[in-house]
Amino acid sequence: MATQEHKNPQRRDADPADDAPEPAPAAAPAKQELDDDVDSVLDEIDGVLESNSEEFVRGFVQKGGQ
Amino acid sequence: MTVRRIMGIETEYGISVPGDPTANPMVLSGRVVTAYATQVGMRAARAGWDYEDEAPLRDARGFDMARGNADPSQLTDEEDPTLANVVLTNGARLYVDHAHPEYSSPEVTSPRDAIIWDRAGESVMREAVRLLSGPDRPGVNLYKNNTDGKGASYGTHENYLMSRSTPFSEIVRHLIPFFVARQVMCGSGRVGLGVESGKPGFQLAQRSDFFEVEVGLETTLKRPLINTRDEPHAVADRYRRLHVILGDANHCDVTNLLKLGTTSLVLGMIEDGAVGQDLTVDKPVEALHRLSHDPSLRATVEVAGRRTMTGVQLLWSYYELVDSWLEKRYAGELDADTAEVMQRWEQVLTKLERDPMEAAREIDWVAKLKTLESYRARDGLDWSDHRLRAIDIQWSDVRADKGLFNRLLAAGRFEQLVDEAAVQQAVVEPPTDTRAFFRGTCLAKFPHEVAAASWDSVIFDVRSQPSLQRVPMLEPERGTKAHVGPLLEKAASAEELLRLLADDAPRAD
Repeated sequence: MATQEHKNPQRRDADPADDAPEPAPAAAPAKQELDDDVDSVLDEIDGVLESNSEEFVRGFVQKGGQ
Repeated sequence: MTVRRIMGIETEYGISVPGDPTANPMVLSGRVVTAYATQVGMRAARAGWDYEDEAPLRDARGFDMARGNADPSQLTDEEDPTLANVVLTNGARLYVDHAHPEYSSPEVTSPRDAIIWDRAGESVMREAVRLLSGPDRPGVNLYKNNTDGKGASYGTHENYLMSRSTPFSEIVRHLIPFFVARQVMCGSGRVGLGVESGKPGFQLAQRSDFFEVEVGLETTLKRPLINTRDEPHAVADRYRRLHVILGDANHCDVTNLLKLGTTSLVLGMIEDGAVGQDLTVDKPVEALHRLSHDPSLRATVEVAGRRTMTGVQLLWSYYELVDSWLEKRYAGELDADTAEVMQRWEQVLTKLERDPMEAAREIDWVAKLKTLESYRARDGLDWSDHRLRAIDIQWSDVRADKGLFNRLLAAGRFEQLVDEAAVQQAVVEPPTDTRAFFRGTCLAKFPHEVAAASWDSVIFDVRSQPSLQRVPMLEPERGTKAHVGPLLEKAASAEELLRLLADDAPRAD
């Protein structure tokens, strides 16, 4: 059982059928790759973020609810 | 007693008109509900909800008949938009709650289904935004979040059907410590500390700062960790509906699954009288705030007056208790839903313990913080910068092209547990294994004959009967496809359905 991994990690190999397949450990990505990855997230955000963020934040006023 | 039980999620969405912060949110919310209802061919009228079980049906009948004489287009104008309300064919309720449009999901029986019908609600809101947008209109934007960062908060409530025989004091005792720590897995992340964001910074949960007391009936002020609203919408001497008000609106499937799943398991353990350890947290409200304010997860709480624990350690304690309870009760033979929640629970705690950032594909607050930290690092921004608060708000915009979570989701940055096809089906179809099936299917098959509906009733207005016909549904696990599917399929009219139900009376209830 997966639930036993925490307490008995050695059980994992004993009964592999109970475990969801673990993804193969990938080689650690190079720093350049990580930087590119972060850049693409930030580009994604820059592309759609409200241009006047100060006004946008000030204008987001809600009435309290439950 | 597993993770499976009757449950549901209600979400009040943030609402605003771009460039017009003074727009009336009650009128706007009414517009959201009416626009969607009209699009799917329904009328968003107050009469659509059966508010008072005890109210004489004659009143509703009279109101309805008067309305029948008017042209439908006139009715929309006359109707008070702030009372807009509609029951959807998927069994959900879409209406105006205070100053927000709210989607209350149909009753489901598993955390997975809770995610599916919760995401169906987002889809409904997204469609409403689309319907209200246009080249010559400012439109309305909707946000699946819980605060404006300026002192206002609005809720995402969970509901769990429980056995009435469980003493409420036991629920309070064992649930409060769990709720103090649960945000470590289930918070959606927030920029700003304090209800009015008086202090710059990032915290785990949207809602935590808005909680002031341990137990109480209120939901809009002096909010309590444990809400005592006792409105079972079911046979009252058999059931209790636990109304949980401290959770955040979640975006990641895994976060949402863990919120519903781990809570349901802890409740099961409490119902079974199987909590064998005192995990009472000292000053729980302060502890809730303290844990939320520390994304490093090193903050501690005092447990049972003798030891200090981090939020993750406290959650491990609950995990161990539930694990050994399940082991004792089921000897490792778990249903798939329970096994999935236990496996995810363990994986996520392992990651949070090692390095919280490892959980960025699964946990909402981690995903948000990771993104914000990258942004900060690139532009050298202080936590008080408006751009970070803007990202926090826009993260939850329901639109696919503007919502930052949705953009990153489309880019494959989060783990999804249910696919979009299942969600789209859930926009129109009810769950098959609760009374929501009966409610939703009646609305789909006989929209003109259903005069009103509520969680525990459907009221028909059929020509052959002088008075309205009320079908009570006080058993949430009845009215399922297995129970009434054949009857609903056979009935060519609402009249016939009522006849068939009368012949089959024990089942209908």
